[in-house]
Amino acid sequence: MESKVAYENIELNLKATELRLGLPGTHDSQEASLFGARNNNKRQLSDTSKECGSKGSASDAQHADDHETPPPAKTQIVGWPPVRSYRKNNLQPKKSEAEASGIYVKVSMDGAPYLRKIDLRIYKGYPELLKALENIFKFTIGEYSERDGYKGSEYAPTYEDKDGDWMLVGDVPWDMFMTSCKRLRIMKGSEARGLGGGV
Amino acid sequence: MDPKRKKDCHDSGESTRVASTFPDEVLERVLALVKSHKDRSSVSLVCKDWYDAERWSRTHVFIGNCYSVSPEIVVRRFPNVRSVTLKGKPRFSDFNLVPPNWGADIRCWLVVFAAKYRCLEELRLKRMTVSDESLEFLALSFPNFKALLLHSCDGFSTDGLAAIATHCKNLTELNIQENDIYDKSGCWLSCFPENFTSLEVLNFAYLNNDVNFEALERLVSRCKSLNVLKVNKNITLEQLQRLLICAPKLTELGTGSFLPELTDRQYSELKRSFSICSNLNVLSGLSEATALYLPALYPACTNLTFLNLSDAALQSEEFAKLLVHCPRLRRLWVLDTVEDKGLEAVGSNCPLLEELRVFPSDPYEEGIVHGVTESGFIAVSYGCRRLHYVLYFCRQMTNAAVETIVQNCPDFTHFRLCIMTPCQPDYRTNEPMDKAFCAVVKTCTKLRRLAVSGLLTDMTFEYIGKYAKNLETLSVAFAGSSDWGMQCVLGGCRKLRKLEIRDCPFGNAALLSGFEKYESMRSLWMSDCKVTMNGCRFLAKEMPRLNVEVMKEDGSDDSQADKVYVYRSVAGPRRDAPPFVLTL
Repeated sequence: MESKVAYENIELNLKATELRLGLPGTHDSQEASLFGARNNNKRQLSDTSKECGSKGSASDAQHADDHETPPPAKTQIVGWPPVRSYRKNNLQPKKSEAEASGIYVKVSMDGAPYLRKIDLRIYKGYPELLKALENIFKFTIGEYSERDGYKGSEYAPTYEDKDGDWMLVGDVPWDMFMTSCKRLRIMKGSEARGLGGGV
Repeated sequence: MDPKRKKDCHDSGESTRVASTFPDEVLERVLALVKSHKDRSSVSLVCKDWYDAERWSRTHVFIGNCYSVSPEIVVRRFPNVRSVTLKGKPRFSDFNLVPPNWGADIRCWLVVFAAKYRCLEELRLKRMTVSDESLEFLALSFPNFKALLLHSCDGFSTDGLAAIATHCKNLTELNIQENDIYDKSGCWLSCFPENFTSLEVLNFAYLNNDVNFEALERLVSRCKSLNVLKVNKNITLEQLQRLLICAPKLTELGTGSFLPELTDRQYSELKRSFSICSNLNVLSGLSEATALYLPALYPACTNLTFLNLSDAALQSEEFAKLLVHCPRLRRLWVLDTVEDKGLEAVGSNCPLLEELRVFPSDPYEEGIVHGVTESGFIAVSYGCRRLHYVLYFCRQMTNAAVETIVQNCPDFTHFRLCIMTPCQPDYRTNEPMDKAFCAVVKTCTKLRRLAVSGLLTDMTFEYIGKYAKNLETLSVAFAGSSDWGMQCVLGGCRKLRKLEIRDCPFGNAALLSGFEKYESMRSLWMSDCKVTMNGCRFLAKEMPRLNVEVMKEDGSDDSQADKVYVYRSVAGPRRDAPPFVLTL
């Protein structure tokens, strides 16, 4: 029974990662359209290579490609590139986080048992973001000043930027922050006060 | 040495004289020192007495294709085996090209082994189907059982692992690598009895459920000989630090999540724990590692020979900084998030590098893709002249680049280049990538394994047939122009053992040109090529000692042989083939 579930899981994963060409419909029609697409690809690809083989010139290759452009760019070929399934599963979520329409970043707070995730796009600026963080983790952030950081509480909101550095939230314009923030961390205690000198 | 002199003096025809002057016991003692299974095969062919001496002294048997021989034949020939390695499904099953329930079930092997190999100690399986019942049967049938390695297997759940942990009192190795496992829970780890102390190797890096940490900590503390520990992503840095304190003598470590969430004090403790791990040769895991905490690893990297970063999406800067601390690196696996700049750092910092694998972080182009290009590969080739194994996923390549690379590193034994868009030409000249692979086979005379990609005509295969005289494994996809290509390979590559082809214009003429050759090969795989059922039937008829199996796809033309798997076998046709596998 367990192994049967495992196989079903494989099937589901496969379907989830394949982009189909046909109209949404029955299982059979989907299979057929995928196979049909693959057959087309196969003929196109071998014809392309034939042309190149016999003529071997750049323009001909170009020409062949133009005539026989495969269906929509993101059609997936079964089992290609030859990457093993466990690798696919591990890595896909990471990329799609950044490029999807929401910018979801993880938020951790020192001492909290688990992390949260928030969509930066729903906040218009720092005040809304900080208020939201206060609500999620039930704490208070102090007053921001350029000179002293966040005064008045033992917490400081920080974020990891694209270079991998940990920065204090609030220094850069909001738009710049949104695109460069990879994840948030609410630092606590002495580490928060000594930000920049600690880790 | 006496045995060798005697062998030189007497022909195989004088075997009786050899037998009377050379006692079997002595020969067996000498043979016990011969470990390589290829050498043992050669020994067994010398004469009947040597065949007998060899079979009685064989303790480890390697079976590259589980259907090439039956368990009964194996146990009859080798009565004293204690360690078995078995491989099952064709390699393309890793990429979903083989339907589930295809076969390669370990069960029938275990039943025979339970009767004849009571002292079985080690079982290493790759691409086999293993059920929970089989694992329980294994655990209960072999009282001396020590080592289990499961790689790319399917059909079992964590319940099976629980059975192993519960019953194998002498277990030294539990190595669960990248399987299609039904991961129900982490309870299996708690099944090791409290008085169990023999574990030396524990790898559960690819399991997804939480194990009971306290149980793990106790296990690690009491197994004083533990030298390989690879934990899964759910183990936090704080927990890892506690484990390192219990096992400072580790030589191989796979970390859990490297997410930076520690306090200052915890981070210092982590750094201290890593600095005691001076024996580490192999490091892996590091999922979600960022620049922030990588420096904690630096003191543990001095003796690293293998660094596996294929689960850690590092950027070039932090990767380069890490490499500075790994001067003895010989093997490196990395994601293409490090980009060409990261590979330049490899060239600069790792002069001893022998193996490089660069995996794609975004194989289906769902995000904005950078990855690596030909420049990164070239940079590595200039700095790492000892490079002989490469697996490289990229989105662009040029002929000139590959020519430079093999000039710098002519000692390649394994060259696996995957240009991820099928049929992609040299992006600068728009020519096919023929010249690249021609350079590879001409320059790298020791080449044993080759995977080709990009736009390729028959010329590539002509060159492979002409120059790749040591080639044993060839993988081809979306390449070639006609049957001639495959015919060249089959005709020219004397040592070819495994040929796997998909989506190429090779048909019956190509398939049948090699029919005598297939008996000297382990297997041939051809999927979505131009082979027909009639061609396959003809092959099956002419070569009765080959198994010719065809899998058809739904909705395909009746005459087309969609997936063909041909392999030599002394066990005859499969008796356990599912309905979708037609044996011709």
